[in-house]
Amino acid sequence: MSDLAWIEGALVAARPQAMGALLRYFRDLDTAEEAFQEACLRALKSWPCNGPPRDPAAWLILVGRNAALDRKRRTARDVALPPEEVLSDREDVEAPLAERLDGSHYRDDVLRLLFVCCHPSLPDTQQIALALRIVSGLSVRQIARAFLVSEAAMEQRITRAKARIAKAEARFEAPGPVERAERLAAVAAMIYLVFNEGYSAGDAQARAQLCDEAIRLARLLLRLFPTEPEIMGLAALMLLQHARSPARLDEDGQMVLLEDQDRGRWNQKQIAEGLALIDKAMRHRAPGAYQVQAAIAGLHARAMRFEDTDWRGVERLYATLEILQPSPVVSLNRAAALAKVEGPQAALDMLEPLEDRLSSYFYFFGAKGALLLQLGRDAEAKAAFDRAVSLAASATEAAYIRQQIDRLAADAKSAGAVSGRKALARP
Amino acid sequence: MLYALLCYNDEDVVWSWTKEQDEAVMSRIHLVREKLIREGKLGPSLRLLPTTAATTLRKSGTDPVVIDGPFAETKEQLLGFYILDVEGLEEALAIARELGEANPGGSYEIRPVALFFGDERQPRREAASA
Repeated sequence: MSDLAWIEGALVAARPQAMGALLRYFRDLDTAEEAFQEACLRALKSWPCNGPPRDPAAWLILVGRNAALDRKRRTARDVALPPEEVLSDREDVEAPLAERLDGSHYRDDVLRLLFVCCHPSLPDTQQIALALRIVSGLSVRQIARAFLVSEAAMEQRITRAKARIAKAEARFEAPGPVERAERLAAVAAMIYLVFNEGYSAGDAQARAQLCDEAIRLARLLLRLFPTEPEIMGLAALMLLQHARSPARLDEDGQMVLLEDQDRGRWNQKQIAEGLALIDKAMRHRAPGAYQVQAAIAGLHARAMRFEDTDWRGVERLYATLEILQPSPVVSLNRAAALAKVEGPQAALDMLEPLEDRLSSYFYFFGAKGALLLQLGRDAEAKAAFDRAVSLAASATEAAYIRQQIDRLAADAKSAGAVSGRKALARP
Repeated sequence: MLYALLCYNDEDVVWSWTKEQDEAVMSRIHLVREKLIREGKLGPSLRLLPTTAATTLRKSGTDPVVIDGPFAETKEQLLGFYILDVEGLEEALAIARELGEANPGGSYEIRPVALFFGDERQPRREAASA
């Protein structure tokens, strides 16, 4: 790896800490960003000659802070000379700041930086865009590509989001335990949003970057809050889902269902990390929604073949999730697992009461159609599949359902066996 | 003489490598490994998962304490390590406790292994005893 690639990696890795500290210092996102940019430019000049510093984040914070202060001082001098005591005071700030750089203060800095991005006044899409820009340092162009919008539109979205939070006034004192926990939960939700944005099928290349970024942020949170089982769960969940991504699309970019995926292509390193984190979280005996979802993904990851899946375990975990985080989609997934253990009729019974609330949900009708098909109720199955096609959000989804309908037609011709038919679950 | 070569780097950076960057590094390492294996100079080697996946058993004091995260004391040094082949963390911790009773003081960091390459040397001579 070249020096330059290493330096770029180090700058990206140090960004959340450095931005967090600069934001605390300047209390203004734009100033913090400019200071960080300036520090990065100087790093690119200085590190190749002098070698990288032992603590890149601390280096960037001090250099960025000084650069921004210099600029302030210069502009201030144009107006009026600041009083002498202000100028000399500045030297004194240096020592305590440098001391504070080692360790625990990073925690609240980074959390604040992330929390600023998930302010409740911001809609989800703005939260994600802002976090990717501010925390992860992706370029506006990269973010625009992931969202399939123009660069100008994305620029505007980010500017608007910044204006909103500037009005909202972030809190800069260290948070108390309750507030810290609330912030952590909001930040976790935002990180999962970033991941899901990347996970949804589509422009694969640009979106995979979002998943990587979300995982990186979760690892960062975990390092800052090493004893939070839900953060372990979040990191595990994303790692285990992302591990399947090399097998999720075929050569034509078509979605491959979980049961059809070539499990040899799953990323074993990510699976190992995810499973290790679940183990760690379980020790705390404090179940939460991320942990349970991670455990479900873990059961899939452990199965060498689709047939080996512990469906009873999956069904029980969804039942737990129904209590922790009730939602018709969770019940739908529980029904799909139940079908594997108790057969299609039991699953259909569980699924039918959900129809009102899932009347516009593609997966509901896909799953319903598959169950009806297994029960030999072909006409009703076709109606459900037709409904699913009309609700499909992507060409890939629609293509998959059409395939099911074609199979139905072919089966009708050959009056073939009903066994081996598939339930539709999120791949 | 047997030597252990311990690898240090910024895990934030290393675990943010793209798949291509990672593969490029691994394939360069592979070439060196191949050569060293032919020369009979390379024993087992492994790559650890990041410290976020680690758990630590603190065995100084009366009762061993389990702590989330990596070993973080700077006043103690790495003295050796074991490779455990077990079901999961609970079993690894049980073994760590057992070893800890035999050898109290200090800590064990229990870190999952991402990649493991076994000993591929020809058994051409007795390994030095530990």
